[in-house]
Amino acid sequence: MLNISGINEGYVLDHIRAGMSLQIYHDLKLDTLEDCMVAMITNAKSNKMGRKDIIKVECPIDAIDLDILGYLDHNITVNIIKDDRIVEKRALALPKQIKNVIRCKNPRCITSIEQELDQIFILTDEEREIYRCKYCEERYRGHHRRHASKR
Amino acid sequence: MQHLMSPMDMTVDELEDLMRLAESIESDPAKYAHACDGRILATCFYEPSTRTRLSFESAMLRLGGQVLGFADADSSSAAKGESVSDTIRIVSSYADICAMRHPKEGAPLVASSRSLIPVINAGDGGHEHPTQTLTDLYTIHSLKGGIGHLTIGLCGDLKFGRTVHSLINALVRYPDITFVLISPEELKIPSYLREDVLMANHIPFTEVEKLEDAMPDLDILYMTRVQKERFFNEEDYLRMKGFYILDKEKLTLAKEDMLILHPLPRVNEISVEVDDDPRAVYFKQAKKGVFIRQALILRLLEIA
Repeated sequence: MLNISGINEGYVLDHIRAGMSLQIYHDLKLDTLEDCMVAMITNAKSNKMGRKDIIKVECPIDAIDLDILGYLDHNITVNIIKDDRIVEKRALALPKQIKNVIRCKNPRCITSIEQELDQIFILTDEEREIYRCKYCEERYRGHHRRHASKR
Repeated sequence: MQHLMSPMDMTVDELEDLMRLAESIESDPAKYAHACDGRILATCFYEPSTRTRLSFESAMLRLGGQVLGFADADSSSAAKGESVSDTIRIVSSYADICAMRHPKEGAPLVASSRSLIPVINAGDGGHEHPTQTLTDLYTIHSLKGGIGHLTIGLCGDLKFGRTVHSLINALVRYPDITFVLISPEELKIPSYLREDVLMANHIPFTEVEKLEDAMPDLDILYMTRVQKERFFNEEDYLRMKGFYILDKEKLTLAKEDMLILHPLPRVNEISVEVDDDPRAVYFKQAKKGVFIRQALILRLLEIA
């Protein structure tokens, strides 16, 4: 097993579906954080999942907006670390609204021509993980069942 | 400040109120002839729609107000690349209320979020056309004495027709409505409407292919145009547009008091010979569209 040293303050994101860590790295905008150390472990063995990815982030715990993780995959385990200890295991839920994470694919949507508009999607059916574009109401499934479908 | 983006923005009670006001205007237009003196309606039409634009303009003029605006994107600042947000900020300085038609879905919503005046969605792509739905509801309400306990046939392009989608969404909130969906296989209602709206609300509906089969049961027949612009190729359009034509012969199967509605303009889906039948109310419907728009303008301007 590859060893990565522990972190003093930050997050350990565990049980990420194998191969998804790079996308989560970008979606959480970890590349834009200053003075933050990020370790990504991909394809680690997992009793629960077979294979999984893990991300460790050394950063102030208020530096990351975790809401997006709920959209990307609410099965991810979020461990919050402070003073070298896990102080909280946070359960993820689908966020009510996601902003600038996915883009509306409807060519008739106003966002297709006015690029400065925020890409906002509202959770309209929690059970079926359905989001709708705030502007045109085009329907999108939650990320881990994501197949954009017509309204 | 209130805007109107979708017919679902209004509760059933609010709709009833609005229709009562429209009835009052229809029965005594003189009483409202100066209600909007000194007020200006801006009609910002980024795509041509003579009928809807004229209906809005007529509504405002009949209330004593004035109108300004543009009738297509080429004659607006959009041609120079101005955003909807900037345009509405400017229009907010020139007018008291705005009706916006835009080919892009959600454009009026963007406008409403930046606007200092009420914005009415006058149609945004294939998305919503709430004042058409208000017109349809008002027509049914005033000619049937209320909305409810009706079998409503929707015929033609049920896949792309936004007026049909909005009308179904609005009607499921009324009691004892049964739908008969009459369309070719290719133009059936989208699955989200069938599953999320009709089935989820336990609304009885049947889907049939032949207009004749549905006709005897209907209280309302809502005809729609097969719109050329919704098709990617001319061949498909030409093949489908003649599928569902209402003529005198088919009408013999209908109830004596059935109403024929159509959002207009028609192409050939209703034969001209049907126009003189008392059940053909689509021209009355267009007229009622002005009254309900008058009522809407008054409500949004908080005058009545």
